Amino acid sequence: MIKESAAELNGLDVAALRDDFPILNREVHGRPLVYLDNAASSQMPRQVMDSYADYFTRHHSNVHRGVHALSQEATDLFEGARLSMQTFLNAGDPGEIVFTSGATDAMNLVAQSFGRANVKEGDEVLISAMEHHSNIVPWKMLCDEKKAVLKVIPLKDNGELDLRAYTALLSDKTRIVGVMHVSNALGTVNPVREMIAEAHERNIPVLVDGAQAVPHITVDVQDLDCDFYALSGHKMFGPTGVGVLYGKKEWLEAMPPYRGGGDMILSVSFDEIIYNRIPHKFEAGTPGIAQVIGIGKAAEYLMDKGRDRLYAYENSLLQYATGKLSQIDGLKIIGTAENKASVISFVIEGVHPHDIGTILDQEGIAVRTGHHCAQPVMERYSIPATTRASFAFYNTTAEVDTLVKGIKSVIEIFK
Amino acid sequence: MIQDRTRQLYQELLLDHNKKPRNFRIIDPADHEAVGHNPLCGDKLVVYLNVDETGTVTDVSFIGEGCAISKASASMMTKFVKGRKTEEIDLLFHEFHDMSTGKLDPERDPHNLGHLSVFSGVRDLPARVKCATLAWHTLQAAVKGKDKITTE
Repeated sequence: MIKESAAELNGLDVAALRDDFPILNREVHGRPLVYLDNAASSQMPRQVMDSYADYFTRHHSNVHRGVHALSQEATDLFEGARLSMQTFLNAGDPGEIVFTSGATDAMNLVAQSFGRANVKEGDEVLISAMEHHSNIVPWKMLCDEKKAVLKVIPLKDNGELDLRAYTALLSDKTRIVGVMHVSNALGTVNPVREMIAEAHERNIPVLVDGAQAVPHITVDVQDLDCDFYALSGHKMFGPTGVGVLYGKKEWLEAMPPYRGGGDMILSVSFDEIIYNRIPHKFEAGTPGIAQVIGIGKAAEYLMDKGRDRLYAYENSLLQYATGKLSQIDGLKIIGTAENKASVISFVIEGVHPHDIGTILDQEGIAVRTGHHCAQPVMERYSIPATTRASFAFYNTTAEVDTLVKGIKSVIEIFK
Repeated sequence: MIQDRTRQLYQELLLDHNKKPRNFRIIDPADHEAVGHNPLCGDKLVVYLNVDETGTVTDVSFIGEGCAISKASASMMTKFVKGRKTEEIDLLFHEFHDMSTGKLDPERDPHNLGHLSVFSGVRDLPARVKCATLAWHTLQAAVKGKDKITTE
């Protein structure tokens, strides 16, 4: 059944890809797992898990420190992952890849390091109304501390950003723009390349939250010309606890360190500290070595399988699911932007999302319900929460059909 | 196609109270009121309470937004505690809480919850326990004079 539905969409051998993800074979409440919560955390292929096991079985030790063989091997694997991430994002220099604990940590780094150095009283920070809390709260904290002003690009009814308002909001006081590439709550793909070009005309740098984009779009940071790009491992088929901040070399070199400790220094005395070069200046303390190796392996996996091919399949799956869900009476999709990634948020008249989530779970279907860490988005559409189905390339049309059947039974119960 | 346990929870009684919540109104002025909030779900409700000099609940009501479990729980709670003494509420709160978390099995253990035992099914749904108990936490706070409570 899975094989047939995969063939329906294009030539991608989804059944073979699914074999790489052992968790997809398990059952939940006695039913085959239908995992549609990929925007929260995607699953890991065997190749990523094997890289973990191999590291702990053969190479575990500290990086950048020891002269012994294990430490050198661990360092090589760690720095190899940096090169994989450089290729994955097409960054110009490995020094532009800073490992963090996740996209949240990456955005806090920009707010605390770039922000504290460059945002002064009366200045403005411009973000959008669809941001995840992780690209709101760090900036709000900074603005409160500096007595700066947080400005917000409004949302249109269909879930797209109001770009006219964006143009009008860019001002001589704007010190940085923070915008997400793909919305986790609405699926909207923002025209960040054009938005960046516009900000650059006024010499304003742009931070892009790409956590939700890298599993759906082949990202080229040089083509986007973004100043900063943040992402998380666990949303791109890698581990939790690791992420990347890409930053243009000239910014990272000019920015003060974010956290102090070992590995981020060249020399320390009580009178003077000389900081390490980038990216190490921003990587204080022993990092999550296995996680870093894991995210590198996840990036390699995606590049090996062919991102454009995977993402084209995923897009046809999105079209299929959108068509099927739109036909259900009483169901309304929240976020109908022209350009969307494979996230479908929806509400059903008279049924709270948590009840939908609980009932679908009994069918083995994992969806996210709630505000998706984007409360301002929920407020914009006057809803407390949505149910969200988010797809990856290992999902199938048969799974979409199971979802549709599940939703119909929810509606039946609440009729 | 829905499984038995959940079917048992989402039964007619609960769905009826979700659709037509009882005592769904503001009491103004009320002797006691409290706001309950579950920030994780966005569920929010206000419980209003009038108590006479003998400590008897003469009127109780609620307003708010929430899932079927939290709304039905609030609705059935107001029906259940009206006419009872406030000192009973503490016992009922603890019994309801223990039932929701699986410490009290209404089929085996003695209890005073009557048909509120329909909520025993939430013990299989740990993520939903807070939905069922929010109204009770809020009622408890109203009785004790706290005006804001959160279940997170």
